[in-house]
Amino acid sequence: MDTLRSLAPAGEAAPVGEAAPFDDAELAVLRARFPVLRRTIGDHPLAYLDSAATAQRPVDVLDAERDYLERSNAAVHRGAHTLAEEATEAYEQARVAVAGFVGRADDELVWTRNATEGLNLVAFALSQYGTGGADAGDLTLRPGDEVVVTELEHHANLVPWQQACLRTGAHLRWIGLTDDGRLDETQLDDVITDRTKVLAFAHASNVLGTVLPVERLVERARAVGALTVLDACQSVPHLDVNLVDLDVDLAVFSAHKMLGPTGIGALAGRREILDALPPVLTGGSMVEVVTMESSTFRPPPQRFEAGTPPVSQAVAWHRAVEVLDDLGMDRVAAHEHALTERLLAGVTKIPGVRVLGPETATDRVGAVSVVVDGVHPHDVGQVLDAAGVAVRVGHHCAQPVHRRYGATASTRASVYLYTAPSEVDAFLEALAGVRAYFGRR
Amino acid sequence: MGSLDQLYQQVILDHYREKHGFGMREPGTGTRTAQSHQLNPLCGDEVTVRVALGRTGADDVVQDVSWVGDGCSISLASTSTLHDLVVGETTSEAGALVGAFRAMVRARGAAEPDEELLGDAAAFVGVGRHANRVKCAMLGWTAFEDALKRAVVDGQLSPGGSTVSDDEETA
Ligand SMILES: Cc1ncc(COP(=O)(O)O)c(C=O)c1O
Repeated sequence: MDTLRSLAPAGEAAPVGEAAPFDDAELAVLRARFPVLRRTIGDHPLAYLDSAATAQRPVDVLDAERDYLERSNAAVHRGAHTLAEEATEAYEQARVAVAGFVGRADDELVWTRNATEGLNLVAFALSQYGTGGADAGDLTLRPGDEVVVTELEHHANLVPWQQACLRTGAHLRWIGLTDDGRLDETQLDDVITDRTKVLAFAHASNVLGTVLPVERLVERARAVGALTVLDACQSVPHLDVNLVDLDVDLAVFSAHKMLGPTGIGALAGRREILDALPPVLTGGSMVEVVTMESSTFRPPPQRFEAGTPPVSQAVAWHRAVEVLDDLGMDRVAAHEHALTERLLAGVTKIPGVRVLGPETATDRVGAVSVVVDGVHPHDVGQVLDAAGVAVRVGHHCAQPVHRRYGATASTRASVYLYTAPSEVDAFLEALAGVRAYFGRR
Repeated sequence: MGSLDQLYQQVILDHYREKHGFGMREPGTGTRTAQSHQLNPLCGDEVTVRVALGRTGADDVVQDVSWVGDGCSISLASTSTLHDLVVGETTSEAGALVGAFRAMVRARGAAEPDEELLGDAAAFVGVGRHANRVKCAMLGWTAFEDALKRAVVDGQLSPGGSTVSDDEETA
């Protein structure tokens, strides 16, 4: 599969076909474009290892947003003045670019506030007997239907489905995990059945780093006629993802995890599926004819975009995907793969540190969560911060997967295209000192 | 690790290891008892504090603070110092101590810690500089404050049994 090109068979020296990690000189040039990476924390250079939560933004993206605001800022899709036309043009070009980045056409990409809103939009659209979609009937959840997720989901791809099931009388089921942090594929045929109406799953886990077997899951969903919903938050920023090749019906991702701004995300899906769905938020910008009694709705994507949209954010996101394209997602993936191997090799050597998730970098992204024996993640994070190392501590909005592995919380280091090997080393060194700090004194 | 040692003062690490008053104890005969469970939903830290009030003359006095919890060093050590501080105090004195502790940890590190008043708990002054840790430091104290209020208002009179009121609240 093209998307998983970056993930080399275990044991292979060069992680990716032809693509190589960024070398020192390339990385220096690249890092210079991220002003925040020049920060120091106390006496230490910042080692930002929390990109899975939110990524840093390069000057290219910051400038693009500012340039737009200083030159062309206006409301889109209304007004006949020059600024309104420029703004509309910039906004719709952004849609073309972001959609194209994941292999979709521009009318197949709906702007949302973030990935969470995208998933809620789908869960609501599938659970109301609303009107406006061409043929929502077949997709609507009803009593007796089943929604299937996995045990590693972010709360954003779990709670909306729990709620949808409560609203509709559908039943929620999930596919479990193996002890080494992979999806338990032996459960697939038992859990995904003729009753399954929706299969919603993460492409990559934000806690375990595991990349799920999309091909197998989609194949099974197709066989039983289920709609597929992909949470691509942790894959689109890091891997070369083509949603058409993956053959998923709907997918969501957020700009802020891929060099873009907060406040904007996307729901990208097959045209005929979007066309079948009823609107969820209603109001201005999404209607055709409105009388005092009733309204008709615009086709997708506008049908799902009520109200004034995040225009400057879309413009900034456009620039972000250009930066990613320029770098090449195969090289981004190769770079992160090498860093992931470095992280895993390092943490598995530290006594009293347990990795949640696969201990090999195969089919894995660079989010590495660990539990430090006898030291609470808050305290781990504090010690790391004192060394300038920024990591995430807590349950990372995924309580069930922590519970699955006997933890309530963990410490997560995550890499991105600008991460330097020296930052991984700073993390490993500080982590190795944590237990001593709390035990020795 | 200069800034780190400012936060994790030796006293705090000692209390983290020792945990004074840890473990739930049956209330003594004739005491009025209540307990409170507090949870920090952000990290899953939780603590349950049980207060047993006795009577000395005209005053309600904190006879015991027993507690269990699961959390970071800051939340557990601060509950341990709370135990040392409030046992033996009248309810109004105990309430004032909670107020003083809260004011200190919320002062963004600008407070002058009053060791005379707060004892070991004064060591948590450095928490104020870490906005994300204030909740950790307050967890046990919030539970105590809540349990104290309940014990005063409608605490179960204990014949030595274990009838206690419990409530889940989000800190
Ligand atoms: C796997 C996964 N799904 C969903 C989300 C939610 O993204 P957002 O908060 O941008 O809506 C995240 C981000 O934390 C994530 O990592």
